[in-house]
Amino acid sequence: MSERSSNGGASILAVDHLTVSLAGHEVLRDVSFSIEPGEFTGLIGSNGAGKTTLFRVILGLQAAHGTVLVGGAPRSRRNPLIGYVPQKFQLDPDVPLRTRDLVGLGLDAHRYGIAVPTRARRARVDEMLEAVDARGFADARVGTLSGGEQQRVLIAHALIAAPKLLLLDEPLANLDLRSGNEVVALLARIASEQQIAVLISAHEMNPLLPVIDRIVYLAGGRAASGTTEEVVRTSVLSALYGHHVDVLQVHGRVLVVAGEAGELADSGDHSHTQTQVEIIA
Amino acid sequence: MSQQLAAIFAPGFFTSQIVQVAATVSAVAALVCGTVGVFTVIRGQSFAGEALGDISTTGGSGAFLVSAGPLWGFGVAAVAASAVMELIGIQRPRGRDLATGIVLGAGLGLAALFLYLDSVYDNTTGATVSIVFGSMFAITSSSIPAVGAFSALALCLVAALGRPLLLSSVSPELAAARGIPVRFVGAAFLLALAIAVALAAFTIGTILATALLVGPAATALRLTRSPARAIAAAAAIGIASCWLGIVLSYDSYDWYHQSGESWPVSFFVVTLIFFGYLLSGLPQRRRRRRPSVASDPASGPTLS
Repeated sequence: MSERSSNGGASILAVDHLTVSLAGHEVLRDVSFSIEPGEFTGLIGSNGAGKTTLFRVILGLQAAHGTVLVGGAPRSRRNPLIGYVPQKFQLDPDVPLRTRDLVGLGLDAHRYGIAVPTRARRARVDEMLEAVDARGFADARVGTLSGGEQQRVLIAHALIAAPKLLLLDEPLANLDLRSGNEVVALLARIASEQQIAVLISAHEMNPLLPVIDRIVYLAGGRAASGTTEEVVRTSVLSALYGHHVDVLQVHGRVLVVAGEAGELADSGDHSHTQTQVEIIA
Repeated sequence: MSQQLAAIFAPGFFTSQIVQVAATVSAVAALVCGTVGVFTVIRGQSFAGEALGDISTTGGSGAFLVSAGPLWGFGVAAVAASAVMELIGIQRPRGRDLATGIVLGAGLGLAALFLYLDSVYDNTTGATVSIVFGSMFAITSSSIPAVGAFSALALCLVAALGRPLLLSSVSPELAAARGIPVRFVGAAFLLALAIAVALAAFTIGTILATALLVGPAATALRLTRSPARAIAAAAAIGIASCWLGIVLSYDSYDWYHQSGESWPVSFFVVTLIFFGYLLSGLPQRRRRRRPSVASDPASGPTLS
């Protein structure tokens, strides 16, 4: 498990010996990894592996043991260095909130009072809409947009405040393949153009493999991190899961397979051999 | 021309101080209700609005017992009830209806007692009817300063909460991630909601209050796309319904010469709001039908 030593204050995110308990249950145990500016990192793990919990810790919304440094400083609420795209976002189609309203809220929603509509503000919103290809539905209600369009709007909402670290919680979970690929391509472009570090969680790593620089793999409350080649290996993931898993390459896709051919030796009868295999990532 | 006008506005309409006070108070109440109502509908707190209206019956009937102004009774009851709802746990989505329902039951129990005592004390049911169904033409000009103060407080509160209120109404997750104190914002909004409900109860009665709060806002949501326009439209619809209701109620005095009574203003206002809501659905329905005729496979329900 290759952990890079955190090199002073250069890391935009440094998680060190992090342990989180929810209702007496250890969700994350001794998790350490770091993310450098401009890096595109995939946070991979099955449902319940602690991905959302990890995001809540980074956002300062969840108590935890260990240290989390964001831009070299301890984590805090309302950190302008972080942009966040939540997994749950549901809006009724009749809610009177246009795409440009939601993006504008990304600029200054934390300030009390009403936004003053200035030309500079409008120009900034238009620029952001342009950056995520959302000009076409700038004046449509957010609740009427497709899943992929909503993801782009939420990304614009997060990016307009010019963060240095963008957290996205399962942005591909409810998207079809094409919309998902569009979102991934958009994120990769933004990460490299604007030097923003992206941490994107997913239970399926394959859509992300072409673009991610590094991977943080969560399983059983623990994490392995490094480049994809370093982490997605039979030896590393078996150690992480605590039982044997196979990492297979099939047609350019990576499959993590748990389970083994059961009772081959005992049964002797090949027609009854059961191979219980579960693709877990 | 003047004859046609006279047919709509009965003689003495514009010079009547009763009408002037009713028009002023109802317009201010509709403005506050439109503003607060849009957020109420977005946040899915219509039931809380309805409950606060019902509970203000307790305050109104209690105020009658001690000969205090009904507006103060409505205000105290609604604000107190909203505080209890907040303490019980209205901020949790799952416990929200429960907290509202429990407070509603307890509040109405007290109203049953107060309304009974009112009728013993007054020897008529007049107080009950005017508390529950409103009596806009009985409002005196002396209550205008209090109405103004209540309204200013509610409007200032919503304006001050502004962007954090809008974002936490739309997505508590997004708001929390930005460090917005979602619970505090929700509690402060509940206070504004209680004040708006008290004003609506004062105008059209406690059990009809929710119509002025939710009706114009729901109509405005169908007609507009941005929050500011929705608020403006809701206020305009509320004011128009109240004013038209006043005109019709005033005219109805002449509809049945033998009765010598006009129909209740509240009836007209609530009915107008209701038909406004139905009318606003017509263009939307036509808009929805069109793409389905084109049988576009992409126009199905979107996954969120």
